[in-house]
Amino acid sequence: MGYLFKEGVRNMYTHGFMSFAAVCVTVACLVIISSFSLLIYNLSIFVSDMEQQNRVLAYVEETYDTAEAKSVGSRINLLKNVREAVFISREEAGERFIRQEGGGEAYEGIDSSTFRDRFEITLEDNSKMDETVTALEQIQGVVKVRARSELAKGFTTIQKVLNLASAAIIVVLLVVSLFMISNTIKLAMYDRRDEIAIMKMIGATNRFIRFPYFVEGFVIGSISGAVAFFLEWGLYDFLDKRISEVQSLQLLKLVPFEQVLLLTAVTFGAVGLFVGVFGSVMSIRKFLDV
Amino acid sequence: MIEFRNVTKVYEAGNRAIEGVSLHIDDGEFVFLVGPSGSGKSTIIKLLTAELEPTSGSIEVNGYKLETIKKRQIPYMRRTVGVIFQDFRLIENKSVFENIAYGMRIVGASSREITARVPYVLDLVGLENRGRRLPHELSGGEQQRVAIARALVNNPAMIVADEPTGNLDPQRSYEIMMLLESINALGTTVMVVTHEQELVNRFTKRVIAIKDGRVINDGMDGYYINEET
Ligand SMILES: Nc1ncnc2c1ncn2[C@@H]1O[C@H](COP(=O)(O)OP(=O)(O)OP(=O)(O)O)[C@@H](O)[C@H]1O
Ligand SMILES: [Mg+2]
Repeated sequence: MGYLFKEGVRNMYTHGFMSFAAVCVTVACLVIISSFSLLIYNLSIFVSDMEQQNRVLAYVEETYDTAEAKSVGSRINLLKNVREAVFISREEAGERFIRQEGGGEAYEGIDSSTFRDRFEITLEDNSKMDETVTALEQIQGVVKVRARSELAKGFTTIQKVLNLASAAIIVVLLVVSLFMISNTIKLAMYDRRDEIAIMKMIGATNRFIRFPYFVEGFVIGSISGAVAFFLEWGLYDFLDKRISEVQSLQLLKLVPFEQVLLLTAVTFGAVGLFVGVFGSVMSIRKFLDV
Repeated sequence: MIEFRNVTKVYEAGNRAIEGVSLHIDDGEFVFLVGPSGSGKSTIIKLLTAELEPTSGSIEVNGYKLETIKKRQIPYMRRTVGVIFQDFRLIENKSVFENIAYGMRIVGASSREITARVPYVLDLVGLENRGRRLPHELSGGEQQRVAIARALVNNPAMIVADEPTGNLDPQRSYEIMMLLESINALGTTVMVVTHEQELVNRFTKRVIAIKDGRVINDGMDGYYINEET
């Protein structure tokens, strides 16, 4: 048993170049796919952040006092699609308006009574904005609802396209990677077909021949996964730093790698091991048939 | 023990390699299998190691009936037959010692058994101090001795050699034959495929001659039956 383990590791050295090639191809595939996935991930977070900025405003009946207005809020919160309804008094609304318009004398005289109390509502799902707006209009004390549902629809479309495109591209990359990796492994095995034929000839069982390959696949897979992981980490951090250095790109801040670290590590580990073990055990099969 | 009963092998390409071959080789015998190139000698060897399946007929090797053998059983059958080839077929990146030891590892021998047995067979084939070399650091004759040592290491009932001297000069060839004869003297059945007439005639052994896939002579007269006769 110990012999078979040693044999697996030794094989990696004696067939050093092919092992190296297998590691390189696997690492390249993993890094390309994961870079792309992380890019998509950040993009979709960015889009949904933007989407969240698109809030619905519900104006409260002018005659209501503050206490009454706030009770409207609790009714708004009963709606399913409402995540958060923030009360903004007419005074606050006035201040905000002036601040937005850059202050200035022109607005000095504006009285807060020209504004209405309102709720700034963040929705769970902006694609259902129209329904929610209708529901809001039914609520007693709400006189007017302002929503930019065209914008919401636009964002929903962008999200859909983004999801579809990324799924398609990831599938293509995955297929290409599997093809490349399995060919590399086949090449590595082809290199050893004579050796395997000799082992068969002197009466080695398939299990005995396969075990070192299993070990080798395991080790190569782990190495590939680890190398790809740290490479990806480095790349991501590098990009993150570069982006945060540039002022105009402040909006595009990346999610810190630490946040996706575990997921990436687990995925890389699993994919690396699967590719290594499954790849080498599968591709040895046809050479065992003598 | 080898038993071929009316064995025919037609390759996928349609080549009839052997036709209606019947032969019986007892335990402890020494047999030459001779015949011109393309007559079907290697085909017979491949059939008896289950590398090929016969198109018709039945084959029995050391108690294993090959027409009913299960795939899982083939390795165990092969361990009863030590095979030697013209091109040695050693594992290039393993030392001489490891090449021979490999035969024992596959049967699950302990490292104590291996360190005891391998030097013994190395000594038997006259390579006592070559264990650490790699195959390509040996002469052809020496490599063939390593192959013989590997074939011997598990004490198989039988050794089958397909043109073991095809790549060697006459003196080396003769030495290899002498070695195989001495192995036979220790009780192992030996079957040697060759088309070297002179070499065969230096020994007085049973000779099975085949031509165009048929057995044309089988006798103890010890002479190579030439195509012309
Ligand atoms: N894999 C194969 N596919 C098709 N035909 C084959 C195959 N191997 C051998 N043959 C044919 O079968 C016949 C017997 O071949 P075989 O190798 O048994 O001859 P041999 O007696 O060993 O010859 P040699 O002395 O040259 O080694 C030949 O006609 C050969 O062309
Ligand atoms: Mg031949």
